[in-house]
Amino acid sequence: MSNPKNEWPLWEVFVRSKAGLDHKHCGSLHAADSAMAIQMARDVYTRRQEGTSIWVVRSEQIVASDPAEKGSLFEPADDKVYRHPTFYELPDELNHM
Amino acid sequence: MYTQAMDLMAREAKPKVVKSAEDLQREEAFEARIAAGEFIEAKDWMPEHYRKTLVRQISQHAHSEIVGMLPEGNWITRAPTLKRKAILLAKVQDEGGHGLYLYAAAETLGTSRDEMTEALLSGKAKYSSIFNYPTLTWADIGVIGWLVDGAAIMNQVPLCRCSYAPYARAMIRVCREESFHQRQGYESLLTMMTHGTAAQKAMVQDAVNRWWWPSLMMFGPADKDSPNSEQSMRWGIKRVTNDQLRQKFVDATIPQADILGVTVPDPALKWNAERDAYDFGEIDWREFWAVVGGEGPCNRERLAARNKAWDDGAWVRDAALAHARKQATKAEAA
Repeated sequence: MSNPKNEWPLWEVFVRSKAGLDHKHCGSLHAADSAMAIQMARDVYTRRQEGTSIWVVRSEQIVASDPAEKGSLFEPADDKVYRHPTFYELPDELNHM
Repeated sequence: MYTQAMDLMAREAKPKVVKSAEDLQREEAFEARIAAGEFIEAKDWMPEHYRKTLVRQISQHAHSEIVGMLPEGNWITRAPTLKRKAILLAKVQDEGGHGLYLYAAAETLGTSRDEMTEALLSGKAKYSSIFNYPTLTWADIGVIGWLVDGAAIMNQVPLCRCSYAPYARAMIRVCREESFHQRQGYESLLTMMTHGTAAQKAMVQDAVNRWWWPSLMMFGPADKDSPNSEQSMRWGIKRVTNDQLRQKFVDATIPQADILGVTVPDPALKWNAERDAYDFGEIDWREFWAVVGGEGPCNRERLAARNKAWDDGAWVRDAALAHARKQATKAEAA
């Protein structure tokens, strides 16, 4: 039973909650194939109208950034306030630019 | 539904291995993140004991959801109306879903689903003691929703702020659904107490009498007997102590019992104006430990049912996998 080869593969589930919004990661599940993964995702993650569309992808196919590189990847953005609109002070009479 | 407080199983001593300077440094950084209220994600470094404690707690919690389907499932075919049947089906399906969210959260810590299943089926893993009591009448179903799910909510709401993020996220989802469970149970009892016959009202009272103490036991051992609580509190795995939660549950539930028109079987129960809380009697801890230790009224039956379901489903799992492999091979060849 604990033969890992007989465990159904793991899938990551992404759900679009309503038209116009992004698919959002909501969890994972085991399923033998993609059709079953969709079916199960529907039962596990959308029992209360949480979704209008589902994506599933094999977990092993996801490539993720390394948490150890969090600093070098994301900290450079910390000191670039000029990338935000609020950095620029403009006269009030411009209203909402 | 909810698992028992984790202290039951978190008894193993801290590993006494010699730690390298690098590990100590990591541990310090980890403790600092926890102290700052940060969430820990699956791929972040974490101390081995933190990981083990979480695997144990989350998998026990998942097992509880799955085993918790059995006492209620017992009444699906005998629900008194189609409406109650549809509600009960939805609730039991939710419990299955909760089990799956939780297994998935535990798997992020590097344990496999099969390992967890194996631990449950062999009796190695624990699940909440509450599910080792039988559901004798239809009123038990209402009382489980009201008291057992009520206690579960008390327990689970603080877990939405658990330091381990995948667990916290699963708990947020669970809590969102749990409120329906409690309300449908209470409403079912209210219907019997307002419109029912004398016999039906007596049935509700009888169910409350049987489930009251086991519900209080869901919060786990008293604080003085929970030696590992402190570490779990410090690590943000646990946010509120067992006794605090139990008190909160009693204080919230007694007014609900009054509205329903039932009493709880505790002669020591009394409002304490000074504490602004209810005083209540002592739990029969011998019963608690006996049920946890496998000697409850239904421990054997529950495990047997899970084992049968697993064994009977083996051919389905194998066939689905064989089919998927065949399709994949065909697709490759094409």
